[in-house]
Amino acid sequence: MADAIQAAPAPHSTPTTWAGRFFDSDVWASFKRSKLTMVAAFLTALFMASAILAGLLSPQDPFDPAQLELMNSRLPPIWDAEGQMPFVLGTDEQGRDIFSAILYGLRISLAVGILGVALSATLGITLGLVAGYLGGTVDAIIMRIADVQLTFPAILIALLVDGVVKAVLGGQLDEVTTLSVLVFSIGLSFWVQYARTVRGSVMVEKNKDYIAAARLIGLPTPVIMFRHVLPNVLGPVLVIATINLALAVITEATLSFLGTGMPETMPSLGTLIRIGNNYLFSGEWWIVAFPGIALAVLVLAINLLGDWLRDALNPKLR
Amino acid sequence: MFAFVIRRALQAIGVLLAVGIISFAMFRFAGDPVNQIVSLDTPAAEREQVRRSLGLDDPVPVQFARYLSRAVQGEFGVSYQFRQPVSDLLAERMPATLELAFCATLFAIGFGVLMGVYSGLKRDSFLAKVFQTISLIGISLPTFLIGILLIYLFSVILGWLPSFGRGDTVRLGWWSTGLLTTSGLKALIMPSITLGLFQMTLIMRIVRAEMLEVLRTDYIKFARARGLSTRAIHFGHALKNTLVPVITIVGLQFGSVIAFAIITETVFQWPGMGLLFVQAVQNVDIPIMAAYLMLVALIFVLINLAVDILYTIVDPRLRTSIRQPA
Repeated sequence: MADAIQAAPAPHSTPTTWAGRFFDSDVWASFKRSKLTMVAAFLTALFMASAILAGLLSPQDPFDPAQLELMNSRLPPIWDAEGQMPFVLGTDEQGRDIFSAILYGLRISLAVGILGVALSATLGITLGLVAGYLGGTVDAIIMRIADVQLTFPAILIALLVDGVVKAVLGGQLDEVTTLSVLVFSIGLSFWVQYARTVRGSVMVEKNKDYIAAARLIGLPTPVIMFRHVLPNVLGPVLVIATINLALAVITEATLSFLGTGMPETMPSLGTLIRIGNNYLFSGEWWIVAFPGIALAVLVLAINLLGDWLRDALNPKLR
Repeated sequence: MFAFVIRRALQAIGVLLAVGIISFAMFRFAGDPVNQIVSLDTPAAEREQVRRSLGLDDPVPVQFARYLSRAVQGEFGVSYQFRQPVSDLLAERMPATLELAFCATLFAIGFGVLMGVYSGLKRDSFLAKVFQTISLIGISLPTFLIGILLIYLFSVILGWLPSFGRGDTVRLGWWSTGLLTTSGLKALIMPSITLGLFQMTLIMRIVRAEMLEVLRTDYIKFARARGLSTRAIHFGHALKNTLVPVITIVGLQFGSVIAFAIITETVFQWPGMGLLFVQAVQNVDIPIMAAYLMLVALIFVLINLAVDILYTIVDPRLRTSIRQPA
């Protein structure tokens, strides 16, 4: 593909470095054209950065009991007359700073989302590759499982997996195990889309000449599958992964909101919303509102980015 | 067409069998059923006796066959939390969920079609842009946030609507309905909107796209040339043809509505099957989880089958294409 572009008579010289090629690409051009996409990308980057730098940015560690003062509980945001520095967005029942809690929660939400997407993508790509390349019975079995799973909404699968894994592990789980269970259940509920897409592309790709050539020189099947076919079917996967990141974040938040996700000792955005929901009627709206806004903006930004990427990588729409 | 229906029915049975296996595996292997019955200090011999009396020492295929035949008769064992038969619990909660799903679907169809037609006909108007924004929100906001937002607006600030429960219900035989009392109807409003919003945006987008497409076709131009009134063209000719995909979506999505009711029911503490299921997941109550999975699978499969059959009846083109060998 890259060779074909370079061989074609270009209107200007094609840069050879990786970064140069990127800034010269159609994708970058379409990015520069869309203001909304730039805002979405900025917001996503901002969220990622604040999640990584949560320890530096937040005025307190909201989950270190030594730093909490009951005197500071239920303070409204700073613009309210009763607001106090440094609690910009107010505090909750236990005197935790909402802003700090959001930063730490964002870290958990994004970590579960990204790991969940990584797991489902790995699973889906591998199964799709195997199904598409080998065909026959293997293909039939994998795709029938995919069909059955596709009948149910992902959130239901995630809830079921979550419940079953907890039943198998038994007893009270610590925070890291809970996080892994969440990643596992999200990974298991979203693999189908990757598998179907990859399988479709593999079936086209495997009849091309370069694969025949690779077979002819006697390369083993796994090498052909992963070194030759795989790189050529990854384009659409990127789009699915971006859109699924938003879905995975929502799924994690939903599970945590339903009380089957992250515990209150290590809350994600969903857990924060669940806690805040209990104070809605006593007038402390900020405990639920700010984590809710953070979640909504994060999801919206990632969604917009995914939509743009889908259009930018799809030559039919240009 | 008959062969098509048979093939579909066989596929449906295949799906149900697969779900049955998963459900059985959960029931049998995730957590030992014996432990749920005996106490911690029960001697091993007695445990063995309980095990045998439950038939847990039979070969696994025999156990599976027994599990399936019981499930077909509506028996799913006893809930660990409530010590009541799961079938009774589900039957008690089912009317609440079905009424909620029904009202949510009605809301989605009503507003979705109206907004879709409007933004299809006047796509550059201000109101059409407002509808587009609403649909973007409906798709990207998590369901539970929409529910919380509605509760805050209409229960906390305005105090118009109840924030939880079904209100007063009336019993009609074994079916308890909230549709016949004022408080029951009031309690239905917010959960229905929360649950139906996603479907509404879906329907709105489809109707809008279909309207735009249909309005360009020759038969609409011909209808205009015949001098028919705009209203007759839009609603008599154009809208009718946009409704086939709407019927499909509504049908296929009804199962999702029931599954997504899990979230809505938790936000509004709606005493339906979804809330029961969430509590089961929280408390690792496997019999309820297994039964809920089977029930939802059955509903999904029946709906898909019904939509497939309806489709061949509604759309004659499909019938001929099925009759011809592919």
